[in-house]
Amino acid sequence: MIYSPKLSKFLETYGIILVVIAMMVVIAISRPDVFLTPQNLTNILKQNATLALLALGMFVVIVTAGIDLSVGSTMALSMVTLAIASRAGLPWPVVLLIGPMVGIVVGIVNGVGLTWLRLPHPFIMTLGTLNVARGLTYLVTDGAPVSGLQPEVRYLGQAYYDLGIFAPPAGIPASLILVAVCAIGLWFFLEKTNTGRHIYAIGGNPQAARVSGVNVDRVLVLVYMISGFMAGLGGLLLAGRTDSGFPNAGIGLELDAIAAVIIGGASFFGGRGTVIGVLAGVLIMGLLRNGLNINNVSSFWQMVLIGAVIIFAVWIDVIRRRAAVRR
Amino acid sequence: MVQSDTPLLEARGIAKYFGAITALHDVNFHVGHGEVLGVVGDNGAGKSTLMKILSGLYQPSEGELILDGKPAKFSSPKDARAAGIEMVYQDFALAGNMAIYENIYMGREPGRKFGPLTIIDHKKAREMAQNHLDNLHIHVKSVDQNTEDLSGGQRQAVAIARATAFHAQLVIMDEPTAALAIKEVGKVLDLIKRLKDHGVAVIIISHRMDDIFYCCDRVMALYQGTNFAESGLAETSRNEVIGWIMGTKGHTASLAHDRLN
Repeated sequence: MIYSPKLSKFLETYGIILVVIAMMVVIAISRPDVFLTPQNLTNILKQNATLALLALGMFVVIVTAGIDLSVGSTMALSMVTLAIASRAGLPWPVVLLIGPMVGIVVGIVNGVGLTWLRLPHPFIMTLGTLNVARGLTYLVTDGAPVSGLQPEVRYLGQAYYDLGIFAPPAGIPASLILVAVCAIGLWFFLEKTNTGRHIYAIGGNPQAARVSGVNVDRVLVLVYMISGFMAGLGGLLLAGRTDSGFPNAGIGLELDAIAAVIIGGASFFGGRGTVIGVLAGVLIMGLLRNGLNINNVSSFWQMVLIGAVIIFAVWIDVIRRRAAVRR
Repeated sequence: MVQSDTPLLEARGIAKYFGAITALHDVNFHVGHGEVLGVVGDNGAGKSTLMKILSGLYQPSEGELILDGKPAKFSSPKDARAAGIEMVYQDFALAGNMAIYENIYMGREPGRKFGPLTIIDHKKAREMAQNHLDNLHIHVKSVDQNTEDLSGGQRQAVAIARATAFHAQLVIMDEPTAALAIKEVGKVLDLIKRLKDHGVAVIIISHRMDDIFYCCDRVMALYQGTNFAESGLAETSRNEVIGWIMGTKGHTASLAHDRLN
């Protein structure tokens, strides 16, 4: 095989998209009457928008060889906080900001705790905040859902644009546009800015980053802030879609986010992965669930299959990397 | 080669204490413009502590550094780099998951600056890296190759290229050949000689007498935290230098070492 760094980088980036297309073809063949309807496709995008945001945040953390277990709880805390604020009658622009702000605060706590306390691994710090944020979520709500949000607050989670061609309730969801904006912004940040490249460098060799004059601790705090921000934004979307803040939201969602990132080809050991891969990973999980749903497969089997896919995806990656080395 | 009367860097009475432990005391030495100085010493003699002081990682407890005739204080590796002092680490300190050109300009990326953020000009960085590598006669397939795909010698060459990418005056190398395959050692040593031709001063810390005697102008020995002996390379021999490492002066053929032959 002729080795070309450009070709190998291209495959590493875009090979996963072929998998998504293949899945869509298979599901479309199994249920052509249901899968390709605009309504079903709209649903897939809407249902996975929150997961996509969480996965994007988780991805940045995993690139540094870290992990953020707190994102599910952070999302729930953001969601109930903004729901309470909305019910309390705060102006809607303030309510919109509250979700992401709560996320950023949890992210700062994670980042600062990790770097100042010199905890041995981010697993520990974020396992702590997973529980703390969830506990706070129950405390502020007394464990009961808070529903009835202002229409402006619901907008991002609920709105869709039929563009005059789709029959309601189908169309381009506003949440998809938000995800796209976040993904493009994150891609630009990671690929084109010095701080973005330092995030990859920290994942590859933190000592190399340090001796090159990169303030590793500061970058790590920023990374957990980004993850928290994305979780907060995800909370805003979910609150809008469900018109409520419910304290049980997002339990275990951090594991889905990790799974999407790993399926999308990012290395669990840091330094490797792409934004487009993460989105593909989210879509693969979403399509798998949808494909099984519309074929009336029990949700218990879905868990079994998703577990198998995670293992399979990483195994494919191992094989591909071995082939790339033996050029 | 640039030569002048004032040495490039001079250390006067450097001491470093870690609590009750004295790592260095009363260390004095100098290195001239474009000079290659070898630093030898046994484990624990204080070589790495001294190099960490020179590169700004540690601050001396006593004594001062004089750079180009002016007192210099480095409170971080960034300060030392700004003054033209660079470090090449034994393990290369490269990010294997990143391209050669990105490693070379890590932390000093070319591009447009917006506050703390730089929008990197990747095209310019590639060109700069290619030109710089050509200047040093370092050959790689492509500057887009990840450094993990390189051999040890190529990695060391990239690490040296990074150290000299921005007008370095002095490059400090910690055991530059320790992690290399034997066939690659010569290439790296030739590269060190080439730096000297570009007017860059080099301090080499090494255990390998072959390295020292191949490319140094002068050699200095540390023993138990202080400078024990030094000499121009022409005025000394391997045996004498090995004696210095073990804290003895004037030993030559009587060393047990030699009788093993």
